[in-house]
Amino acid sequence: MARFRVNGTDQNLDIEPDMPLLWALRDELGLTGTKFGCGIAACGACTVQVNGAPVRSCVTPVSAIEGTEITTIEGLATNAAAVLAPVQQAWIDHQVPQCGYCQSGMIMAVSSLLASNPNPSDEDIDNSITNVCRCGTYPRIRAAIKSLSTTA
Amino acid sequence: MKINRRSFLLGTTVIGGGLLIGYASTRPSKHSLANQQFEQPYLTTWLRIDPDNTLTVIVPHSEMGQGVHTSLPMMAADEMDADWNYVKVEQAPATDLFANGIVIKGFVESMGVSIPGFLQGVASSASMKLAEIMNMQITGGSASVRFTGQNGMRVAGAAAKEMLVKAAAARLDVPESELSARLSYVHHDASGRSLSYGELASDAARFEPSTSPILKDPKDFTLMGKPIARVDIPAKVDGSAMYGIDARPEGMLYAAVKTSPVFGNKLLSVNSDSITGRRGIVKVVELEDAVAVVADNYWRAQRALAALDIRFEQTESDIVSTQSIFAQYDEALKGEISEDVELGDTSAALDSAPQVFEASYRVPYLAHAAMEPMNCTVHFHDGKADVWTGTQDNLGIRGQVAKLAKLDENDVTLHSFYLGGGFGRRLPNTTDTILQATQIAQHFDVPVKTLWSREEDMQQDYYRPAVTSNFRAGFDAQNNLIAWQNHYIGKNEPAEAAHTPYDIPNQSIGYVDSPTHIRFGAWRSVAHSQHTFFLESFVDELAHRSQQNPYQFRLNMLSEKPRHAAVLKAAAERAGWGRNLPEGHAQGIALQESFGSIVAQVAEVSIAESGQVLVHRVTCAVDCGRSINPDTVAAQAESGVIFGLTAALYGEITIKDGRVEQTNFTDYEMIKLKDSPAIDIVTVESGEALGGIGEPATPPVAAAVANAVYILTGQRVRELPFKNYRFAAAPVEQSA
Repeated sequence: MARFRVNGTDQNLDIEPDMPLLWALRDELGLTGTKFGCGIAACGACTVQVNGAPVRSCVTPVSAIEGTEITTIEGLATNAAAVLAPVQQAWIDHQVPQCGYCQSGMIMAVSSLLASNPNPSDEDIDNSITNVCRCGTYPRIRAAIKSLSTTA
Repeated sequence: MKINRRSFLLGTTVIGGGLLIGYASTRPSKHSLANQQFEQPYLTTWLRIDPDNTLTVIVPHSEMGQGVHTSLPMMAADEMDADWNYVKVEQAPATDLFANGIVIKGFVESMGVSIPGFLQGVASSASMKLAEIMNMQITGGSASVRFTGQNGMRVAGAAAKEMLVKAAAARLDVPESELSARLSYVHHDASGRSLSYGELASDAARFEPSTSPILKDPKDFTLMGKPIARVDIPAKVDGSAMYGIDARPEGMLYAAVKTSPVFGNKLLSVNSDSITGRRGIVKVVELEDAVAVVADNYWRAQRALAALDIRFEQTESDIVSTQSIFAQYDEALKGEISEDVELGDTSAALDSAPQVFEASYRVPYLAHAAMEPMNCTVHFHDGKADVWTGTQDNLGIRGQVAKLAKLDENDVTLHSFYLGGGFGRRLPNTTDTILQATQIAQHFDVPVKTLWSREEDMQQDYYRPAVTSNFRAGFDAQNNLIAWQNHYIGKNEPAEAAHTPYDIPNQSIGYVDSPTHIRFGAWRSVAHSQHTFFLESFVDELAHRSQQNPYQFRLNMLSEKPRHAAVLKAAAERAGWGRNLPEGHAQGIALQESFGSIVAQVAEVSIAESGQVLVHRVTCAVDCGRSINPDTVAAQAESGVIFGLTAALYGEITIKDGRVEQTNFTDYEMIKLKDSPAIDIVTVESGEALGGIGEPATPPVAAAVANAVYILTGQRVRELPFKNYRFAAAPVEQSA
């Protein structure tokens, strides 16, 4: 059994210990907001938070996250009245997404970055956010992140 | 059959009593897709007004991030003077009405427009093909706004408003001239009375829609030209946006697929002993050129597939390589050239020119690499089929599945989704995944989702073709460019991609076909992506070789092209062309017209210590006639720059032993935040005919960067991508 919490709910899944978290989320739990992009941790579309830290779920076996708290894009706004998280609101304000497919992972990665580093420099952003966006929304992603920094 | 007013209104009753307006128009398109040529695409758009005053705009194009679910409704709502807060968007064919080909066909015929002969008899339903053409225009030619919007949505909106005003005049018993429409109400200001569109809808439906209503003067636009927030974005920040890959019909199984890595080679055998008894594995399906493992979880299917012993046949394609393809191209270019442009007497001009320059350029194959790997879910049940996928051609896909499964089209239901990137990969002539998914699902009575791994996606694409392009150019004694000869591989889509805008009296432009077994397809901006690099690099080369400033050299040859000149100037001025740049930086410039829009870009570049190219800033000036949603214009221009720059810096699909060598984002790299330049967009609102915006910003950037690299290094980059070079700085003296 794989035991972990997803967006505040306990999960006990009878799955193989080496099944990547991505497929446990998508195929077993039906949480499709987390996306499959490459399968080798190269693009970041599958990024979720494990105890707050950004993790590429496509290469993370469920055995490695036993007992942890997972937050997916669906859980980012589950606070009172499902108000959007600040990152999500900034993404709307800056009209960031185009096709939108990479943005769940992008938002989860940025949300983790800002939680640990509320005022990231350009270099911090470059080094931390290595997700791929094929539509090239990078200029808006950078602007949206900067709008959220505590000194903005 | 000819549809009449009555049956049309019956259609409206089916969907709930509101006013429905359909409008069809025809417009010749210069552009057609690779492998597909149509002269007269047809467009149909639909509007619905419900009693609660909601205006629903049914958009016949797929949303893949280009903003079409916002910009098209803006055009209809503006002409209608509708309140944007009351506007909803539906994608066709989510409504049965739209999927009802008879209504479309009949409506087109009632407008006196006949279906082109070449389509009749091609498909079981001509109307399906009609919709297919309509859908193909979406990405084929950056065409949604300029054709469907301009000739469909605006006209439908204006016609609807006229009908609503007529209905209000009758209801209030006042002349139409005393009425005005504002924010989804018709007002009679003299008496202070007003009626909502919703209240008027059923009365309005009694009037004939005008086929030539008066369109607004641009100064009266209330929505067009304003930055309106995209309707698809909220769902794309909370994980609720549904893509094809997210379909989860009940009881669904998952298929992982391995197709012959050498295109066209057949499957010989599969040994599945190693996966016997594995958890979740349901079946191994053998196809003509592929094997699928079907399981209750995608990971289980994928892992089992990797454990199979699969043998594919070997053919003469197995010896093909990138080197052999380019050698084949070089040989072909020595042969007979098919003429495209012949102006003046280029041979004589070159013979007599005191100075002649030659250069040969080439670019590699490129993959689309949309972020959402190719996928399609199909369920056969009760003699019918349901299909869940994100495609640029919903009705066409329905028809293709029906044909393959020998079903009536009406027995196939297509569930449409957002596209996790299209860029030409999800077009109607590149439906391999969908047909494969259909064949796999035919073995089951439950839904089966066929999902390609990234490796399959990378190795089973329809690639942007590799091209070689040879140039000769001659100057006269006064240093004027008088002769231009360009021979290249492959007939272009569109042919004008290789046309030069510059005023050169003698031009000879032609191509030679040199087919290979590598599949090719439309890739964002189609042939412009290759040829703008060639043309604008060679023109720049000629400027330097004739000791002229590359910007001024171009400008001097644009006296007959004022829009081009204005865009070039706008880019140069915004970028500060010729200004003092930081130490080690240089600017390069490039210009191209595509899809009815003109784009000029200035790239500011330096060389890193590693010898690789760093692009700091791209200034992009765009004349797309008029911006419908300026924020979308900017977003698409930014996106186009990054897409083109990704290809220029990293993009290279190579062939070895007949197959694609690249496998994933590790060896087919993408630009990320760290190497994404600042992008400065300048729009030139010329007010000319609408141009496209999804693609035109992609072509110029490679040449702009290459031209800057030349100034920094003295090295002329005639082959892409830049990742294959290690440059040493050796600045070139610039001409004033």
